[in-house]
Amino acid sequence: MAVRKFTGLQRDVLHLYRQWIRLAFQKPSANRQNFLNYIHLEFHKNRDLRRKDFTTIEYLIRNGQKKLKTFQNPNLKNIH
Amino acid sequence: MALIQRSLFRFIARRGVATTESAMATHSTVPKMKTFKVYRWNPDKPAEKPHLQTYQVDLNECGPMVLDALLKIKNEQDPTLTFRRSCREGICGSCAMNIEGRNTLACLCKIDTNVSKQEKIYPLPHMFIVKDLVPDLTNFYQQYKSIKPYLQRSSFPADGKEVPQSIEDRKKLDGLYECILCACCSTSCPSYWWNQEEYLGPAVLLQAYRWLIDSRDQATRQRKDMLQNSMSLYRCHTIMNCTRTCPKGLNPGLAIAEIKKKLALSA
Repeated sequence: MAVRKFTGLQRDVLHLYRQWIRLAFQKPSANRQNFLNYIHLEFHKNRDLRRKDFTTIEYLIRNGQKKLKTFQNPNLKNIH
Repeated sequence: MALIQRSLFRFIARRGVATTESAMATHSTVPKMKTFKVYRWNPDKPAEKPHLQTYQVDLNECGPMVLDALLKIKNEQDPTLTFRRSCREGICGSCAMNIEGRNTLACLCKIDTNVSKQEKIYPLPHMFIVKDLVPDLTNFYQQYKSIKPYLQRSSFPADGKEVPQSIEDRKKLDGLYECILCACCSTSCPSYWWNQEEYLGPAVLLQAYRWLIDSRDQATRQRKDMLQNSMSLYRCHTIMNCTRTCPKGLNPGLAIAEIKKKLALSA
């Protein structure tokens, strides 16, 4: 089976997704599902984006990283 | 009969006055429609490409500055148009944008009264955009923070009050302290465009110099050491776009040259 090759941008998106999931697992386990739901929803919103729409994807990654930083605040324990 | 004549005369007279009045009114309000093309981009619809939106503004009913026109557009034509503004007199630095290809403050930039020309308004170049004319200045402020823009002293006068400064020493700060950090100069600098992450940019370097030469500051050594690398300071190639564009008429190019001189002579 051939190893799947990703473009740089795809790898960035996957990296962002992984960071978010890791974040969810640092929050109290009772609220974990809330975080996971939120993450899935946010990523699903832009599912239909064209692969060559670089500027948009780059913007969304930037935005996601910024949000991630706010969410990493340990005082943030739950979302609705 | 006389009565009719008089009333007729009055009628004509009134009409006459009315027509001259309306003629005068139309004469003074020949609309001077100026076309503004404004950069629009909405983060809520990220897949849509940024575009220029055209607005028509009657200059007779508008203040003289570009900011007045933008506010008029926002008030009367399109409330979704987004831009930063605050003081409307060039002291807050919020309304920095690229007007007719020149980075400047919208509140200090006169509208070109030549109606046949369109006025193009873009956000500050080479910055990430938050929305429409609002650039993301996080990195810029982070860089400003990194130079520690405050007085650093290990010892304070015995009376615990102010740290005095001679008039000559104070004079050195003229032309530096006036900077309002509008980011016009930094975003006009090609060096800053290509190396935004590492190169501090003219605005921040001007402030770095302002704290370097402050007679009251005792951390000159550390401040110099911080700039002593290939990226922070030496990405300045004296392009001088900063000095040309500064809406406050300051000279960041000179300040950077002075820092370079200081570093060269002290090392």
